[in-house]
Amino acid sequence: MSGQILMKGNEALGEAAIIAGCRFYFGYPITPQNEIPAYMSRRLPEEGGTFLQAESEIAAINMVFGAAAAGARVMTSSSSPGMSLKQEGLTYIAGAELPCVVVNIMRGGPGLGNIAGSQGDYFQSTRGGGNGDYRNIVLTPATVQEMADLTVLAFDLADKYRIAVLVLGDGYLGQISEALTLPKPTGKVFEKPWALTGAKGRKPNKIASLRLVPETSLEELNLVLDEKYKEISASECMHESYLTDDADFLLVAYGTSSRICREAVTELRAEGIKVGLFRLITAWPFPAAALQKAAVNAKNILTVEMSLGQMIEDVKLSVKDPEKVDFYGRSGGMLPETDEIKRRIKAYGN
Amino acid sequence: MHERIIIAGFGGQGVIMAGKLLCIAAMNEKKYVSHIPSYGAEMRGGTANCSVVISDKEIGSPTVPKPTIVVVLNTPSLTKFEPIVQPGGLLIYNSSLIDRKPERTDITVIDLKANDISEAEGSTRAANMAAIGKLIALKPDIASLDSVIKALEVAISARNRKHNDVNIKVLTAAYNQ
Amino acid sequence: METKNFKYVYDKPEALVDNVTHYCPGCGHGIVHKLLAEVMDEFDVREKAIIVAPVGCSVLIYDYMNFDGCEASHGRAPAVATGLKRVHPDNIIVSYQGDGDLLAIGTGETIHAANRGENFTTIFINNAIYGMTGGQMAPTTMENQITATTPYGRDPMDVGFPIRGCEILNTLEAPVFIERCSIHDFKNTLKTKKAIKKGIKNQIEGRGYSFIEVLSTCPTNWGMKPQEAADWVKDTMVPYYPLGNFRDN
Repeated sequence: MSGQILMKGNEALGEAAIIAGCRFYFGYPITPQNEIPAYMSRRLPEEGGTFLQAESEIAAINMVFGAAAAGARVMTSSSSPGMSLKQEGLTYIAGAELPCVVVNIMRGGPGLGNIAGSQGDYFQSTRGGGNGDYRNIVLTPATVQEMADLTVLAFDLADKYRIAVLVLGDGYLGQISEALTLPKPTGKVFEKPWALTGAKGRKPNKIASLRLVPETSLEELNLVLDEKYKEISASECMHESYLTDDADFLLVAYGTSSRICREAVTELRAEGIKVGLFRLITAWPFPAAALQKAAVNAKNILTVEMSLGQMIEDVKLSVKDPEKVDFYGRSGGMLPETDEIKRRIKAYGN
Repeated sequence: MHERIIIAGFGGQGVIMAGKLLCIAAMNEKKYVSHIPSYGAEMRGGTANCSVVISDKEIGSPTVPKPTIVVVLNTPSLTKFEPIVQPGGLLIYNSSLIDRKPERTDITVIDLKANDISEAEGSTRAANMAAIGKLIALKPDIASLDSVIKALEVAISARNRKHNDVNIKVLTAAYNQ
Repeated sequence: METKNFKYVYDKPEALVDNVTHYCPGCGHGIVHKLLAEVMDEFDVREKAIIVAPVGCSVLIYDYMNFDGCEASHGRAPAVATGLKRVHPDNIIVSYQGDGDLLAIGTGETIHAANRGENFTTIFINNAIYGMTGGQMAPTTMENQITATTPYGRDPMDVGFPIRGCEILNTLEAPVFIERCSIHDFKNTLKTKKAIKKGIKNQIEGRGYSFIEVLSTCPTNWGMKPQEAADWVKDTMVPYYPLGNFRDN
């Protein structure tokens, strides 16, 4: 474990963005993600980059739109109520096919809710969130190490597919400090001949989602996007299976709730109960095929969320027998409890 | 080894930093560690606390609803956290500032004059160091005194590193008490 | 016909695409587009220019300009321009916005980009109405003016008075250039070009934020003939929106 440092999730994410080559950050303060803009405001000038505190979340995401259109690696971050405001920008970014990284350190909702960690934005994140027919890639870290590693990956995925990549954490992951080995740059280079740099020696580039004339060309754009989404679904699903091969009972979770599930699995296994954990790493694309395979021998499937049931819909759509899918969730900033997960699993055995 | 720890006190007593110090020392001894502060609205009103987990296996929940160890440096923190110490657990309280005795009889209660020790070693502000010194003396599995002293170099900001000589004195005095 | 003895004295600017626009007869957008293109040519910055289009009638301006162009969601052109300019400080960025875009839905972005002194140039087309959506009330719609959403005339006691953009921005410290112009006649059109030229020059020299408001015509939604529309600008708008320079630092 040499080279490890103790780092807070939000700050690890910020440093990872810099490692990934992000030199532009636009954001607006909101708890519990404030360490990200604070970190970027300190570090980006050291790297010759630009930090700008915008006048609103809406302005921030549109500054991201501009910087992404200019060809830069760019990031913004927020938390749930702020993410609602960013949805306008995200749908334009989808339509204009711009690459960027958007971090949501989720807190309890609806409305102003509270500032504790939550997973109430799963629907908003995985279904697009704004108007129109589009998706964003959604990465769901579960540790400080993954907050960093998945952020580095997010920039490559964004550039590869010209898409917004959401890093979907929660207040607990943002605030927790854990051991971190700083990730390394991937070294991948993505050419951006479409970027707005001035039409010197080439035809003018245009960045737009508008497809007014002729009327049919919007469907062409939608079909192009759909092809891209199919390719991402086929190539980029990520998950982790923990002791699922022989499991009679399967837990399905992501992020902070998956940590609690893992603890429950370890403790139940020590009692001789065959239980496993299927953990999402991408929430979109949803690793449906892998989940179906992992669930094939499970007698019961318990979906555990820090919401009152959102991911469970994707779980039910993925497994062969949706009747087996059960739910345990806490909301409003509360965490699922290991003992309750253990009690529920033991109840299935009886 | 799996310790779930809450360190609590007034804002300014350095409880968040004390938790980080413990984590860095234990991390360097190849243990799993997590640290999460109370934050936001919870921070208002002058009390601060952090939840620390130190374990030889991966850490699940970062929060600590049932601590095995509680360290309290002021009276409001004793009131808040004494009731949730796990039976058989450890409570260290700062009797320099706390004017009543804990009531629990099903836990180990340690009376530590943290501010007095700090002042005797030449600082009015190192009660947190006294608490950590005492804690690792009682629970040596968490981290050695040597690891904690080494961790000071990382845990303390450059601006405050000039106080590390006295920090080490306070840590050691409480450790040996 | 033999043309080799002829000399071009007037041509389409290189920065303007040889294209038919979707604008109505008598609309002011085409005039201002051309002025902007001429200025880009005169400074020889076409290959560095990026236009940020608003939502409104000029939403397709990037199809009419022979340089790079970018969409912005409604009101957010100053934020998009900020992002572009921060990445490419040597490019010439213009946000081109209408009255709904700049002074209703995008008021916040307008004021804050100006307040930061972002080094780009804003051209603000004030024609006192929403054109694209069919003639609804704009923040700059005149008192008693009939629109699709003020069928009894704009009542300031109900929906407020017309907002003056230059005067608001003139309260800020950072902008280096603020001027209100008009295209209702030839003389004022030339003044408009001069103001746009100053705005672009300021940007080239890295001096900061320039704001050029242009009083413009919308004969279709005003229900007027083009000449009536030009006269209405002069007789109704100019008295409320005084022309002239507010700041030239």
